[in-house]
Amino acid sequence: MKQVGLGIVMLWFSLLVLIPLSAIIVTTTDGGWANFWRTVTTPQTAHAIRLTVTAALVVTLINVVAGTVIAWVLVRDRFPGKALLELIIDIPFALPTIVAGLVLLSLYGNDSPLGLHLSNSSTSVYLAFLFVTLPFVVRMVQPVLEELDLDVEEAAASLGASRFMTFRRIIAPSLTPAIAAGAALSFARAIGEYGSLVLLSGNLPFTSEVASVRILSAIENDNPAGAASIATLLLLVSLTVIVVLDVIQRKVASRG
Amino acid sequence: MAESHLTRHGRSGPVTYLLRAFAIVYLLLLVAWPVALVVTHTFDDGLESLRAVFSDPDTVHALRLSVLAAAVATVINTVFGVGVSLLLVRTEFPGKRLLSALLDLPLSVSPIVVGLALVLVYGGRTGWFGPTLESWGIQVIFSTPGIILATAFVSLPLVIREVVPTLREIGIEQEQAALSLGASSWQTFWRITLPSVKWAVVYGVVLTLARSLGEFGAVKVVSGNVLGETRTATLAVEEKYLNFNASEAYAIAFLLAGVSVVAIAIISILRSREKKASS
Repeated sequence: MKQVGLGIVMLWFSLLVLIPLSAIIVTTTDGGWANFWRTVTTPQTAHAIRLTVTAALVVTLINVVAGTVIAWVLVRDRFPGKALLELIIDIPFALPTIVAGLVLLSLYGNDSPLGLHLSNSSTSVYLAFLFVTLPFVVRMVQPVLEELDLDVEEAAASLGASRFMTFRRIIAPSLTPAIAAGAALSFARAIGEYGSLVLLSGNLPFTSEVASVRILSAIENDNPAGAASIATLLLLVSLTVIVVLDVIQRKVASRG
Repeated sequence: MAESHLTRHGRSGPVTYLLRAFAIVYLLLLVAWPVALVVTHTFDDGLESLRAVFSDPDTVHALRLSVLAAAVATVINTVFGVGVSLLLVRTEFPGKRLLSALLDLPLSVSPIVVGLALVLVYGGRTGWFGPTLESWGIQVIFSTPGIILATAFVSLPLVIREVVPTLREIGIEQEQAALSLGASSWQTFWRITLPSVKWAVVYGVVLTLARSLGEFGAVKVVSGNVLGETRTATLAVEEKYLNFNASEAYAIAFLLAGVSVVAIAIISILRSREKKASS
């Protein structure tokens, strides 16, 4: 019974996920190292990759700060309408990415009621990444903050520690693993983002074109080896970040 | 309880208000205001744009296709997800940790990469299995099965992530009691295990449905976007917007956004109810 179940599960998982993903690696290696290098160093592609990685890093840093603050407010503060904020946080998770792009366009596009015209610029890439990655850090930090023992903080405060010192010495260390995990998820998500950019960024070469758009154009130009090369690079970048952050997390956890 | 609540919210000074203001303004500018604008844009001409959507047969077909793909993908992922969760929590086998790590992969892979991966394997001309399947009369890429595969791929871990922690939490005492009283393992599953993870499954299903309905990038790569055939609702939003039919794009976006907001509202209501019941 167990063997049959395991067999079916592994068969389906392989057919759906493992074999297709390894096909990307195999197609890249079939093309050879020279082809891989030529593809990812083409000026247009190299620019797209640089923009994607830079924007993903910057947005992840913003999320680390903003996400922690928002989680803090949701757990420790109390005010009317807080339940609504809880719901708003989850919207980027649930909203289809193409709708996310349309949504952002309505406030930051050419008909912006704020007079902002961010569409078709590199700023729009940052904006879209910020939107789709919003929940990751918040939702990782929130439960940890809820479990945090208030007695320790009170002890620190009664011994004369300032709020900032209490935060730095007591709260921040216990939040670090959760923040790191949220950051990893948010970075990986941003690196591969596509849908929310389609309408918002205009995908202009050397301006607002990201790596996944380059993959798509390679597919459309019937260049699977090229597409697989960029895809492999993306897979490697997200894998590296996830491993690095996992190591940090383990270190912090073992120290504490 | 009441006392700890007081201390928890006790130290409110200027910093508290500053942080609160930051959180509210940030979420307002990034999410709430833009989403509200899409809703108002949809109803700029009253119900006209929604009526236009439902009277265009191609758009209705796109909506139907999205619902069909999402429904099939959700059924597959629910059966698969519950099965995998049981294997991961209740049994031991070599490579279990690796499998558990790999199961999260679909969440961090770019949708475009997902689409490419499926095309490389199931593409009709040059894919690994595509030509063979095609000789049996099964077309995957540029057809409905491809859309279903792409959708199932991107939403694969959602049921598992809900069910695994709950299965761990409930333990095995009741199951063992049932088995020792002579229930078959099938009976134990239906009578004991499934009812106790019921809510986790429900959350997983709702999340999977919402995610599946909204998939765009992966579906775009595998579907070929053929009008009236393999065009889904999210692809229709793009096409309408780029063809200067913004009002219908907003209307379809409104329908999709409505489903996702209802989904997260249902989950948050159920969760808070469950919390109250358990406390």
